[in-house]
Amino acid sequence: MKACVVAARNVHKTFAWTPVLRGISCTLGAGQALAIFGPNGAGKTTLLRVLASLITPSSGSLRLFALPAHDPRVRRRIGFLGHDSLLYPDLSPAENLRFYAHAYRLDNAPARIRAMLKYVGLQDWAITPIRSLSRGMEQRLALARALLHEPDLLLLDEPYAGLDHEAARLFHTALLEAKQAGKTIVFSSHDFERGLALCSRVLILNQGRIVWQSTAGPPSVAELSARYTALTRQSAHGSRD
Amino acid sequence: MWAIVWKDIRLELRTKERLASFFVLAILIVLAWVFALGPERVRNPQVGAAVLWVGLLFAGMLSLRRTFLIEQERGCLSGLLLCPLEPSDIFVAKLIGNIVFLSLVEVIVVPLTIVFCGLPVSWSLLGLPLLILLGIIGFSALGTLFAALAVRTRAGEVLFPLVVLPLLVPLLLSAVQATGALLSGGDWTGMWLRVLVACDVVFVVAGWLLFGQTVKE
Repeated sequence: MKACVVAARNVHKTFAWTPVLRGISCTLGAGQALAIFGPNGAGKTTLLRVLASLITPSSGSLRLFALPAHDPRVRRRIGFLGHDSLLYPDLSPAENLRFYAHAYRLDNAPARIRAMLKYVGLQDWAITPIRSLSRGMEQRLALARALLHEPDLLLLDEPYAGLDHEAARLFHTALLEAKQAGKTIVFSSHDFERGLALCSRVLILNQGRIVWQSTAGPPSVAELSARYTALTRQSAHGSRD
Repeated sequence: MWAIVWKDIRLELRTKERLASFFVLAILIVLAWVFALGPERVRNPQVGAAVLWVGLLFAGMLSLRRTFLIEQERGCLSGLLLCPLEPSDIFVAKLIGNIVFLSLVEVIVVPLTIVFCGLPVSWSLLGLPLLILLGIIGFSALGTLFAALAVRTRAGEVLFPLVVLPLLVPLLLSAVQATGALLSGGDWTGMWLRVLVACDVVFVVAGWLLFGQTVKE
């Protein structure tokens, strides 16, 4: 049996008396890829930030790599890509990566930084302040930052948002390579095709609850689309009633 | 931890936002006091000491407030929290950075304050850097802790001075009294110096212990 990377049991998160996550339970083994779909406000970002140990659950238990989620050893093994790039706009790509390389205490920092800049095609922009780069270039550098320390668990929150075709292709290739290298991936998106191409497991989140998850392999795009529409429309009507 | 210190220094050297604004505001506050009180009164060592510390603390507020503003843009605070560091390491790194920035500005502001106030220059002034450093350590510790809290709250800009200033009263009082004694050539190593050191210990330990709670969502 594959080692358990994510073990969430009955996780709840409430912000100022508003429940955002309600009883999330899921387990994920090493090398598995999970796609999370859901409408805006479903709780996808909060769930990913909880898994990244950036948010402490209000109740329930969360263990990552068989350790409590708040353990610093866990963070060494997580690569997180969110809506923000987590990059300092007044520093250059090389300086940003150097900072994170030192913070993660990487042994081979200069070589790793050069390799990552080349990987995301920013080697010619290495000393240009981030503020001068385009949104797509910054997002590519954010991917380099997330992969810099070779994490075992990748948490990606709508990674294709705002990317042009070339950058989206680069992202998709990088994620497929990470999957082939045995990384565990949790991925939120509105793009069914890309999500299903990457992930073996699928979960639909709505109003903070898991309303459906695949049990026997990923569904087809048409099947997922129909199920998603039915489930999210049903609950939208339910909440209006 | 040192990665954060170097990153903050590099950012400041590039933008110079904190150093420049802190320096200008500190000088303006000192000059405002000198003009308001008149040259005779500010020549009194006790009044001169008060002018020096009020200038440092009020202008320093602006600088300390920016400690975590640079981490807010592009969600960089999350990046720090994702690193395999204890929150207390982040606190210590930010504290060191703040002590360095405030000390750098004070190297220029303190001599200028002495000149503007017409304070007596004597060998006893050699103890002044130690007093300034002790004051800066406690002030920075408290400011770093509450700057992290303020950046996570909507009314942070207003909240920061409202919370920090009352808590700074014992530090301000002891620093002014000890500095006044030093400037008048008296014994400055007595009770007020011990109170100042005690404030430093309390603020640094409190920040080190509580910082993790202030940055968690």
